[in-house]
Formats: sequence, structure tokens, C-alpha cells
Amino acid sequence: MTALLSIAWKSAWNRRFTLALTVFSIALATLLLLGVERIRTELRENFASAVSGTDLIVGARTGSTQLLLYSVFHIGSATNNIGWKSVQALEQHPGVAWVVPLSLGDSHRGFPVVATTRAYFAHVRRGEQLLDEGQPFSGLFDAVIGADVAEQLGYRIDQKITLAHGTGELTPEHADKPFTVVGILKRTGTPIDRTVHIGLEAMEAIHLEWAGGTPMPGLKIPAEQVRKFDLRPKNVTAALVGLKNRAAVFAVQRWVQTYPEEPLMAILPGVALDELWQVIGVGEKALLALSGLVGIVSLAGLVSVVMAGLNERRRELAVLRAVGAGARHVLALLALEGAIVTVLGVALGTLLAALGIAALGPWLHAHYGLALRLAAPTLNEGLLLAALLAAGWLASLLPGVRAYRLSLADGLSPRI
Amino acid sequence: MSPAGSTAVLQAHELRFTWPGAAAPCIDIAQFEVRAGEAVFLHGPSGCGKSTLLSLLAGVLVAGSGRVSLLGQDWAALGGSARDRRRVAHVGYIFQQFNLLPYLSVMDNVLLPCRFSARRRAQGSRAQAEQLLTGMGIGADLWERSALQLSVGQQQRVAAARALVGRPEVVIADEPTSALDEDRREAFLDVLLAACASHGSALVFVSHDRRIAERFGRHVLLPEINRAAAHAQPA
Repeated sequence: MTALLSIAWKSAWNRRFTLALTVFSIALATLLLLGVERIRTELRENFASAVSGTDLIVGARTGSTQLLLYSVFHIGSATNNIGWKSVQALEQHPGVAWVVPLSLGDSHRGFPVVATTRAYFAHVRRGEQLLDEGQPFSGLFDAVIGADVAEQLGYRIDQKITLAHGTGELTPEHADKPFTVVGILKRTGTPIDRTVHIGLEAMEAIHLEWAGGTPMPGLKIPAEQVRKFDLRPKNVTAALVGLKNRAAVFAVQRWVQTYPEEPLMAILPGVALDELWQVIGVGEKALLALSGLVGIVSLAGLVSVVMAGLNERRRELAVLRAVGAGARHVLALLALEGAIVTVLGVALGTLLAALGIAALGPWLHAHYGLALRLAAPTLNEGLLLAALLAAGWLASLLPGVRAYRLSLADGLSPRI
Repeated sequence: MSPAGSTAVLQAHELRFTWPGAAAPCIDIAQFEVRAGEAVFLHGPSGCGKSTLLSLLAGVLVAGSGRVSLLGQDWAALGGSARDRRRVAHVGYIFQQFNLLPYLSVMDNVLLPCRFSARRRAQGSRAQAEQLLTGMGIGADLWERSALQLSVGQQQRVAAARALVGRPEVVIADEPTSALDEDRREAFLDVLLAACASHGSALVFVSHDRRIAERFGRHVLLPEINRAAAHAQPA
């Protein structure tokens, strides 16, 4: 067997340029499969981390996916708000530990503005330290911005910004009431990075003289005078809820759903996220299937390279047979060669994937908030690699079996 | 010198062989044998079944009926891998051309049978291979070169050295001189016959070239012993 191994290696080395191409194509297929799988997993984790620590999301009655999308991911918009009294009632519920109200609708140069309370910084993402520099908003016209906002707009602490009404590009500005950036958040890879956070009272203040989406003509309330008005919020878009005991989640959910004063709904973010994945999952699977096809194509390449070389190798195989290699050795030789090529290809692909993650990881994180970490292969990736190895080896058996038949039929005198 | 005419190393008795799919047999031989140490010149026109007979003698093909035995052991009684082991243990084989693996050195090519056979390993050695190569006129400067860097004549002599390393009882040569010009052919025959004689190996030498027949002690015209030759073609 050791004799065969060294011959297989030398024979393969003799044809290294052709085989290197095959190794490379298998490596690319491996890289693609691993890359897609890793990005898919990390994407899911990023999404899940955006709602981590939140037990329920409460909003006006709508689709659960829709509520999740607009409240957490700022995609789409709410059809209805919920009254402030409902939020207060929720806070009074014995099972509820904390409530973070969210009020959406305004934007700053394309970035969504979320009005909330300081509780936001204490509870979102399991209360992890969100602030990179500065502090949470405390004054009325303070704003805390996400990492993307700071980076893309070049903002630092003390930057003055004005918010726009609505989320379009050409919307009227709340130019008379500028905000001051007092805090910049760490990059999280979640929608938080693209968000401008202000206090609920500030949201009320900038809309004091507005009605129906435009400023009321002739009415001007200067920024210094807004404190004379009642700035308590009348309604909010949604609320994130944390429970004292997670086991009570269905009881609290039922309480919200049957709240008599107002039609409300409460969703479990994990469940809603799963529903979302069921929709997006089709695309994911298509992507994975595409990478699988690339894998098959490169394995077909391996088979055709070895097959094409087989006729030229009939003489080599006959010589081996003449010096004592059995037909089974010939089969083993080709299987061994296929195994060497496949293992090298998969190893190279894995290495390329690791190098790619190491090299592009920080850039991806900086630009897309996608935290690709260099880690040992997950179970899924391990299975993918094993499947590639097995498929590659099986594919290499095809020419092996043909060579075996040829060498049985040829005997010691190949007819070529 | 080993005494010719003592024991038979190869024996064929009532041998018949038909290629799969062929209507008529290709080989039909009543009696044929090769004795220890003798040099047999087997000749005949193309298509008379020379290569097929060699494959049968070497146990690569198995007789449809009748008996072919090497050193008294019937090939048909052995399984495929047992035949492979027995072949390399007792038979050296030389092809018409392209005998050498291009990715091995000259010396590694010569020592190939020793890799696959314990018996050849036991009876052969690097020293023996060096001696054989030197005897064939392949100098030490060529031993570690790639087999591809050798001329055709040199390659055939390396193949002869490989066939003889480890002292197999039989050397089978399938038209080994057909790719050589006349001078090289004579030189090759000189070293091959001398080496076989000094190692005591029987030589079955197939050729259609009758000019070299005089170099051999015994001549066999295949169509004369092959009753199927008149109408047979190898598949």
C-alpha cells in the first residue's frame, strides 16, 4: 500500500498542472459553499441579536412579521400607533420587568429616527454596553446616533443635526429645532447602527405645530418655548417588553391581545423571526443549491480531467500491471489520486475561506455590520465539507472503475 | 549457466481461448512448454494470437478450457489477485515500447517489481539492479535521471533489467526490438540473452522479425501449433 501511495503521488505530481486546475476548481467550490453557509449563519445571528433580550414586541394589530420588521428593522411603516395609556398599563403589569417604547416616522438624511426612553440603552441587546463614546440623551434636543450614521455622515459628539419629517429624501425639515449629538453607539451589525435615537419628549416637541404631515401655517413655536407645553407622548409606534419571568410570556401575550381599551398585539420576536426566515429561507436555499451546483460542476471537471487522461495512462497502467500491480491496485491508484485531489481541493478551499474571513471580516463588519468570525467549522459546515469529500471521492471512482475494466480487458497489451 | 531442458517452467495443454464476443477461438494449442533457462523465439504474422498467448502464459488471461501452468501451478485455479501476485513473483515482462513510468527515476523503474513482490524483493537488491544496469550499458550517471531522458534503446535495456531483477524464472518479451534500429537491436539482444542466461531465467521472446531468430536456441512458429490461427483475430 505504501508502494502504491508513493506511486500515486508521483504519478499525480507528474500531471500536476492539469490536476492543479482541478484542485483549484474544487477549492473554489468549497470556498463558495463555505462562504454562503457562513454568511447565511452569521446573517441569521445578526438578525437574532437585534431582538435578543426582548421577550415581546407590542404594537397595533397587524401581521406579526410586519410588526417585527417595522419596529426592530425599520422596514416598512406602522399602520397604527398605540396609545400612551396602553404603554403605561403594560408597565404596570405584574409580569413585566421593563418596557421600551419606540416612536418611529422621522428620519435624518435617510437614517431612521427612533424616539424612545433611556430604558432603551439599559435593555436592548440584553443591556450590553451600547455606547462607544458620549452618553445617552438627557437634554430635550439630545440625539444618540448609531455607528453607521456617525461614520457615513462623519458625525462626532456635539454635531448639530436637524431631523426630517417622514422618511423620504425630500421631506420638510424640523429645521427650527436642531439636535445635538451626545452619544455614538458601538457597531452591532443590527439596525441600531443606522438609527438616530432621540427622547420621546423631543419627538413631541418637534411636532407641536405640525398637523397632517405639514407645519401648520402661521404657527411657530420656538425651541426655547416648547418646554411650556405638555410634552408627554400621546402615542407610540411599538414597545419592546422584557419579562420578569420568561415562563409568563404566553400569559402576558394573551393579556395584551385581549387588552380592552385598544386593539393590540404582542409577538414573540423569535417566533416572528422564524416566520420571516421561512420566507427568506427560499432565497437562502436557492443560494445554497447554486453553490451545490458549482460543487457538482467542479467535480464533473475532476471526473473529465481524470477520464480524459485515462487513455494516455493506459500504457502506464499496463506497465504497473506488468510489474505486479493487480487490477485492484489500479482501481486503488485512481481512487487514491481522486482522494488526494479532493482532499487538497477541499483543504485549499477551507484555507481560502479562512483567509477570506480574516482579510475581509473587518471590512465586512465595518461596512455591512456583518460579523464574520474566524471560527472552527460549525456542524453544518462540517457536513458540507464531508459531503464534498465524499462526492469528490465517489466521482473519482468513476474513472477508477473504467480504468479497472480497461486494465482487465487490456491485460498486458493495451490496444491504443 | 543453468541447464536447459530440465524442468518445464511454463506448460500449456489442450489450451483454448476465445475473446468475449468472438465466434471462433483465437488460441487452440494442443501442447506447448518452456523449460527452465531456455530461450524460445516465438514468431508468426500479426494477428496470429501472439499477444493473446503471452497474456495466457502470464496469467493475465485465463484459458477458456485446457490448462496453462506456471511452475506446475494452474493459473485457472487462482483468483485474480493471487494471479497478480504469482505473476510478479515469477515473471518479468518487457513491452514493445514505453516500458518505463515517466515519473520515476531509472533506478526506481528497475526496482518496481520489488515494490509489489516480496519474493522479487528477497531475491533482488539495489546492488543487483546496479549490476544489471551496468551489464546493460546503462552507466551510474543515468540511474537517478528521469526515464524520459533516455533514448528508446536505453529505455528497452532498462526494461530488460527490470524484467530480470529479483531473478524471476521466466522473462516474457513482447516484440521488444521492434522500435529499435538494427545496431541497437543486436546490442539489445546481446545483453538480454546474456543476462537471462546468467540469471537462469527462461526467455519467451515474441517477434515477427525472423532475422533475429538465429540468436535463439529454440524456434516456435505460432501458426504451426495454434490450430485456431487460420480464422482467428484478436478482439
